[in-house]
Amino acid sequence: MAMEGRPLADNVFTWPSDDPALIGGVDARGRVRFPFMGRPGEQPVQLAREGVLWSWTVQRFLPKQPPYLGRETKAEFQPFALGYVELPGQVRVETRLVDCDPADLRIGMPMRLTIRLLFRDEQGQDLLMYAFRPAA
Amino acid sequence: MSDVAIVGIGIHPFGRTPDRTGLEQGAFAVRQALGDAGIGWGDVQFAYGGSQDGGNADTMVEELGLTGLQFINVANGCATGGSALISAYGAIRSGQYDLGLVVGFDKHEQGSFRVRPSDWGLPEWYGEVGFALTTQFFAMKIQRYMALHGITDDALIRVAEKAFANGAQNPNAWRRRALSYAEIAQSTMISDPLRQYMFCSPGEGAVALILASPKKAAQLTQHSVWLKAAAMRTRGAGSFEVFSPSLSVEDGEGATPIAARAAFAMAGIGPEEIDIAQLQDTESGAEIMHMAENGFCRDGEQEKWLRDGMTRLDGRLPVNTDGGCLANGEPIGASGLRQVYETVLQLRGQAGARQVPKPLRTGYTHVYGAPGVSAVTILAR
Repeated sequence: MAMEGRPLADNVFTWPSDDPALIGGVDARGRVRFPFMGRPGEQPVQLAREGVLWSWTVQRFLPKQPPYLGRETKAEFQPFALGYVELPGQVRVETRLVDCDPADLRIGMPMRLTIRLLFRDEQGQDLLMYAFRPAA
Repeated sequence: MSDVAIVGIGIHPFGRTPDRTGLEQGAFAVRQALGDAGIGWGDVQFAYGGSQDGGNADTMVEELGLTGLQFINVANGCATGGSALISAYGAIRSGQYDLGLVVGFDKHEQGSFRVRPSDWGLPEWYGEVGFALTTQFFAMKIQRYMALHGITDDALIRVAEKAFANGAQNPNAWRRRALSYAEIAQSTMISDPLRQYMFCSPGEGAVALILASPKKAAQLTQHSVWLKAAAMRTRGAGSFEVFSPSLSVEDGEGATPIAARAAFAMAGIGPEEIDIAQLQDTESGAEIMHMAENGFCRDGEQEKWLRDGMTRLDGRLPVNTDGGCLANGEPIGASGLRQVYETVLQLRGQAGARQVPKPLRTGYTHVYGAPGVSAVTILAR
């Protein structure tokens, strides 16, 4: 996977990588959370790359800036889909949903991890973030 | 143990009042409640009060009078009002005091609540990518609930239609225009499946209640409304709450059913014995889920209940008779007490144009909010 740019944040997904994975945290009781926050006793763990859609919605208005990093105006803003994807036996992760028309989203549909260009920083460098897309 | 009486109620109109601070609105509600109870400020032995953005409740003694009373500020997120009420309830039941005040008020800036991810122990990127919005959480929660339990957009629209119809008959409501089914159904989509008129907005308002022991109440009024139960609870493991970058794959129980069970046990009655209910309606979907979470119907039955008008003023279980958060807005510190105010008014038969036509004996109030807290009361004549 030849992608320019840098992750928007460190320790969210393995990078650079030909087959990136989300980095979760597992505590002493085996409970998995995302992201890995380095809590006491928490160990990093690579999460499954495929799962099923647990719920979803569409962000239809421009979020308050900050904290939203996008620099578009209200008029330029393009709604985006988001949801939770359940990684079997591990955890449900909140994620942007890409390569799909919201009208086609169905709870339970198979989804797969992908890395996408989300924003450009002030120097014009690409900022990458994880997302899920329909697996089919 | 003995019950606690509500012997006085006061409210400052909800909505926007640019020329009054949140504290002034709180003091306004207190004076009204004192008048309603027929007592003076000097008679009040103790107070619990709170607001999220409106200032420290206890500073209103400057305006009400420096009598030296015990005044404790309460800060408990969306359960602030309910927590103040529970504290006062406990103070009277324990025998420590026999006449006290509960006050909740707020004044929020316009638009959605701005969230700083670090305040919630979240990484900065969570807000940067555009996730830290309460509207998304509510949308995703009801989206899944609808898919699992066969609820359609029709039910979401009917909740809002009812809220604004009731609000139009409430002189203290913020939104006082009844909206048609079509207006709601065609309003702007905010976060699928929820539209503009299905969401409440942060607002302003204040409510005050005077609580008394049975002995004190008998000296003051023949028309006490009795607090049979008051419970505040936090979430169980694995519940779906706002601002969660991840969720457990094991579903857990939210704060509402835990608080509801505690309140029903305390009152010694069941959901079928409740005559009216005020349920947290941050948006249409919340009211639908809360009908089941509080035990009033089974998951999925809401579709029929709403289609048949069973929660309207003339229905089997009128819900949010004053227009709820949808018509009154959400001043966080005041909302829970607004529900109690409305229930007392209805039980006294003083709700005017929106008075429920059937005879009323019992009422139920419920708030739910971040970060997974709920407060429930059960009242009776």
